[in-house]
Amino acid sequence: MSEFTSGFWDVYIALATIVSIVACGVFLKHQSVHRVPMVGGEPQTSGHVWDEDLREYHNPLPRWWAWLFYLTLAFSLVYVALYPALGSYPGLLGWTQAKQLEEENARAQALYGPIYEKFAAQEVAALAKDPQALAIGQKLFLNHCAQCHASDGAGSRGFPNLTDRDWLWGGTPEAIRTSIAEGRTGVMPPFGPALGDDGVKDVAHYVLSLSGAAHDSIRAARGKEKYAQLCVACHGPEGKGNIQLGAPDLTDRVWLHGAGEAAIAETIAKGRTNQMPAHKELLAPAKIHLLTAYVLSLSAQAR
Amino acid sequence: MNHREETYNYTVVRQFAIATVVWGVVGMAVGVLIAAQLLWPELNFGVPWLSYGRLRPLHTNAVIFAFGGSALFATSYYVVQRTCHARLFSDALAAFTFWGWQAVIVAAAVTLPLGYTQGKEYAELEWPIDLLIALVWVAYAIVFFGTIFKRKVPHIYVANWFFGAFILTVAILHIVNSAAIPATLWKSYSVYAGAQDAMVQWWYGHNAVGFFLTAGFLGMMYYFVPKQAGRPVYSYPLSVVHFWALIFTYMWAGPHHLHYTALPDWAQSLGMIFSLMLLAPSWGGMINGIMTLSGAWHKLRTDPILKFLIVSLSFYGMSTFEGPMMSIKTVNALSHYTDWTIGHVHSGALGWVGLVSMGSLYFLIPRLYGRTEMASVRAINLHFWVATIGIVLYIAAMWIAGVMQGLMWRAVGADGTLTYSFVESVKATYPFYAIRLVGGLLYLAGILIMAWNVWKTVAGARPVEARIPAPAYA
Repeated sequence: MSEFTSGFWDVYIALATIVSIVACGVFLKHQSVHRVPMVGGEPQTSGHVWDEDLREYHNPLPRWWAWLFYLTLAFSLVYVALYPALGSYPGLLGWTQAKQLEEENARAQALYGPIYEKFAAQEVAALAKDPQALAIGQKLFLNHCAQCHASDGAGSRGFPNLTDRDWLWGGTPEAIRTSIAEGRTGVMPPFGPALGDDGVKDVAHYVLSLSGAAHDSIRAARGKEKYAQLCVACHGPEGKGNIQLGAPDLTDRVWLHGAGEAAIAETIAKGRTNQMPAHKELLAPAKIHLLTAYVLSLSAQAR
Repeated sequence: MNHREETYNYTVVRQFAIATVVWGVVGMAVGVLIAAQLLWPELNFGVPWLSYGRLRPLHTNAVIFAFGGSALFATSYYVVQRTCHARLFSDALAAFTFWGWQAVIVAAAVTLPLGYTQGKEYAELEWPIDLLIALVWVAYAIVFFGTIFKRKVPHIYVANWFFGAFILTVAILHIVNSAAIPATLWKSYSVYAGAQDAMVQWWYGHNAVGFFLTAGFLGMMYYFVPKQAGRPVYSYPLSVVHFWALIFTYMWAGPHHLHYTALPDWAQSLGMIFSLMLLAPSWGGMINGIMTLSGAWHKLRTDPILKFLIVSLSFYGMSTFEGPMMSIKTVNALSHYTDWTIGHVHSGALGWVGLVSMGSLYFLIPRLYGRTEMASVRAINLHFWVATIGIVLYIAAMWIAGVMQGLMWRAVGADGTLTYSFVESVKATYPFYAIRLVGGLLYLAGILIMAWNVWKTVAGARPVEARIPAPAYA
């Protein structure tokens, strides 16, 4: 085993364990008294008295109790022979928890593999209409995605709604698959220091104007100039966003971090970092394939 | 010999006895609050220091170290004096342990809600408090073993073996597991890393159960059961064998908290088999306590203190059977991370530790105030039934919830996907959280009855200083 730096520890652990178990048995045997003399109809006491009236009978160990103890000791000796316990001695059965996992995975693969192979061979668009595929996709979604995107996929503040047609990183099957497998990191830098409080407000009003929301047109006009300098690189000249960067479309009514002047100003001033974790280490490609179809189906139901 | 040396030091015993009741009320009330938060999360009122994550360690620290700890200090100081026929080794050091321990508790009650934690279960307190604990504990050891050394009887009574093992081992556990590098006044980093840190933590964690919550309370049991029953301890040989076997095998059992983790297989196996070997040594204590009553069974009908003590031993036997079973890897694969564990812990904590402490205090408190019994014996009886029903509701709810969670988490459908999402198992647990809350409320009601009874007993009574009787031993 890799965790040992010298063979000494193997011997140490093995000896300490076996000697300990055997010593418990020897001690138990040594302390077993079979009969106790009766004194005046009562079992003999140890003869000691404490605190005026505290005494101890010298009753023998209950037989069944001693046998229970022996039984657990014997079980333990058999167990350490069969299973890994004595340092790096692997045990007669060769069991390890890693092997147990591999075997369970292999059994699952044999049992469920064909189901997933069948689906892996089909196009995402077709799966998005297949009830059986969607049922699996939903189970996967509930256990891996619902924690952030909610059980119905509608998300919450800071976590994208997957049931609309608005996509930060693109809504093609390929883009969705990449989002799930590789994860995404969306970064909006903070502009508070560069813009100052007033400048942040101006830009916020310009952003409000992009989606046709109520705004202060004088502030929006001032904000437009700053937008052209600081925001345009990611959000584009028309505010349509950029799916290459995960930069949100500012002209629609979808607000990941909250609508209204205050929330928008906070986003501009402090920036945002949003992370979708990568799932390729957690889910096999066929499962990601099915999840992609499920996510696509959520958005296909929109409006 | 001066006059002081002719009497026992009951002052520190009284202080700790009263503190036990006070902290019991506080710790259990916090427990009820967080049980209610699991049903109604709004009960944190949006206040960070009332949030579940901060109050949960406050609850565990309050009931284990404030309630249980004070009970152990009170009874061990009483028992070691009475069975050694000697006054405590040092009144000043004993007083320091009382005020020092109360300072630790208050510091915990302030820092845990503020979010200061080392993140180690049952060892959450940050390093300055850890240092104070170490100081108090060393003083405790000096007072206790010093008293043993000045005993007037040749033999050391069995209760003191258990108290002694508890004091010595907790010192080692605390110092080794709390070793940390301070970064700031309220932040430190464990000196161990990765799986080794986890192993040291659960070596500590399980022995906190084994020595703080078991050996110490067995010491309590070995004095108050024979005293209250008026019968000799059942078997001296049994006490010898189960004492040594218990303290020896407990030391190995910690890894069963880390089954199926990064801990090497061999260490997991050792944790499992030594937990199984713990069954008989644990039951030895239960047998010795319950069989002490043989020849006096009728007293159980009329004596509510004996009911507390004997039922506590039954819960001890039950949870020390359950524990080894749960340490078996295949059982653990189902029970781990579920509320079954919570049920197991509380059958030990409410049933064993709680009831044996309460029974012992009902014996102890009147004697510390020159009375023969508590102000209301009927209230003791009421307390017993309220608490027992509370425990049964609590642990039955958590068993069912735990097994249900374990089965729901592993259920798979025909396509290999999990049948239930996690939140569905949470939803299914709701009714059991409600039953658990009722059980906890009953248990809290029990200690409130006790607090009232203690108040009625103590108010107006005069603290006594008992004279040390000559040893009966010839």
